[in-house]
Amino acid sequence: MISSPTKNLKTRVGQDSLVPWLFSLPAILMLLAFLVAPFVLAIVFSFTNLRLLSPIPLRFVGLQNYVRVFQDPIFYRALGNNLLFVVIVVPVQTALALALAVLVNQKLRGVRVFRTIYFAPVVTVMAVAATVWRLLYDPDAGFINGLLGAVSGGAVHPNWLRSTSTAFLAIIIMSIWQGVGFQMVILLAGLQDIPHDHYEAAIVDGASGWQQFRFVTIPQLRNQLLFVVTITTILAFRLFDQVYVMTSGGPLDSTQTLMLMLVDVGFGRQRIAQGSAIAVIFFLIVLSISVAQRRLIREETT
Amino acid sequence: MSPMSVVTLARSEPRSGQITVIQPRRLPRVLGALATYVGMTLLAVMFLVPLLFEFIGSIKPNDRVLSEGNSWRAFIPTAITFVNYGDALARADLAHLFINSMIITSSIVVAGIVVNSLFGYALARMTFRGRGLLIGVVIALIIIPFQAIAVPLFFMMAKIEVLDTYQVQIVPFIASPFFTYLFYTFFLSIPKELEEAARVDGAGPLTIFWRVVVPLARPVYATVAILSFLFAWGELLWPVLVTRGPEVRPLPLGIAVFQTLPPVQWGDIMAFATVMTLPLLVVFLAFQDAFVRSVARTGIKG
Repeated sequence: MISSPTKNLKTRVGQDSLVPWLFSLPAILMLLAFLVAPFVLAIVFSFTNLRLLSPIPLRFVGLQNYVRVFQDPIFYRALGNNLLFVVIVVPVQTALALALAVLVNQKLRGVRVFRTIYFAPVVTVMAVAATVWRLLYDPDAGFINGLLGAVSGGAVHPNWLRSTSTAFLAIIIMSIWQGVGFQMVILLAGLQDIPHDHYEAAIVDGASGWQQFRFVTIPQLRNQLLFVVTITTILAFRLFDQVYVMTSGGPLDSTQTLMLMLVDVGFGRQRIAQGSAIAVIFFLIVLSISVAQRRLIREETT
Repeated sequence: MSPMSVVTLARSEPRSGQITVIQPRRLPRVLGALATYVGMTLLAVMFLVPLLFEFIGSIKPNDRVLSEGNSWRAFIPTAITFVNYGDALARADLAHLFINSMIITSSIVVAGIVVNSLFGYALARMTFRGRGLLIGVVIALIIIPFQAIAVPLFFMMAKIEVLDTYQVQIVPFIASPFFTYLFYTFFLSIPKELEEAARVDGAGPLTIFWRVVVPLARPVYATVAILSFLFAWGELLWPVLVTRGPEVRPLPLGIAVFQTLPPVQWGDIMAFATVMTLPLLVVFLAFQDAFVRSVARTGIKG
């Protein structure tokens, strides 16, 4: 019964073979022009001496751009910061998001209000959040030091964004504030998909609250957790907006990131070729993270 | 891991230390709920502080934003004024930037919905040569982050001399492999019978799409509209590259620039931030469930 209309539909549409292409062509052309072409160009450019405006004739320079990038101390500062962001934000933010998701998944009155509040930072634009936090972090006029001072009797007084030792930490804290609601929602959707009888079976067997969480919730959330960890890791390497607004990479390059370096080299100094090399390196990092995630998911399903 | 094996895992837990108390334990339960509320409220305060600080700061005289910023008075409107909004309108050309952002964002959302859903529909429902390959390519393209192509795309746009225009901020963001994929998977999930019935009645492909498919697919349209609005409204990296003057500058770059212009008036900056935050927050509160569902849906990708 189902198969005959399906077949009918397909043959009918297949006959006027122009229609599928009319539906597809706008997207295909734009994807080719604005995604595939610049992606291929990024690879090609990265082996040339291309600049935005240059009297020097274009030629291939082999791996020279990559060598330059790998010899640049700022590259290691940037990459180190991106990795530090991964190492701190991925576990902390995921754990916090899971805790929030479990909290707002309870059948308690008014729980929706809390879900709304935890999610609200996600709908604030990152550039705006970074602006507000810049003032919150002000060593003298900011609320954060006001609170720390009141609690510690004036003993704790970090310079936050103005100090090389705390600037990146400050960016990490505000990034978690802004991003955790996003993960919470994804994990919450996963929590709500767990069949209730799993918990009932565990309760019958006398599993404690923690054991239910450890042996029912966590395994059932595996794919959502994997997704959240992957997307957060990728976002960590894309880190740009909040750093651009709050510190522009300073003080003394202590908050440099790959994306700031990309913009500085490719746009600020107009070295298209070297910027493209950074873009290719960035892409390879993202690609390997995605491949690792897909492997892990496939492992689970087989 | 299958649901069955989870249950078995929970069952295999050692039970020796467990004491099953099924007696009603009213008091602990009430205390537990109370502790949960206290915890959730404390967290909520942490999430609300920056937003509250922003709103209150925007309606305070400039000097008070700084002088009261480090105490609890930062959250009390000790003196109310709307002068900051007038100043932000005048000094930052806020209305102009707002219109720029609206033009850019709404164009991306509307054109993107049309282009990506047509493509997704062709991939899901029509038979044509190369369809399987196209689906594979679209999925592969999801991995390429915009940041990896930004520099060569900037070079291309500079060469065809479209920098400092609306188009350069709109057209590259219309076609999206991720949104196409969301549409594609949703269209696959709706039953074909209605489309077939319309076809029997003599309706053409476009009529079927518009009259039958689009109404059935409202949830995915809402999802893509919300997500693409959030992405486009907050975009900062691309306008940093392709806009120089304030003529076509969008809000996120606007606020980044405004806070560096002397004299730095934090009340004005908070008014600017509020203008960027409030409309989105209101729309979010009105369509909360759709927002939350949309973000949760990004998790399906894995």
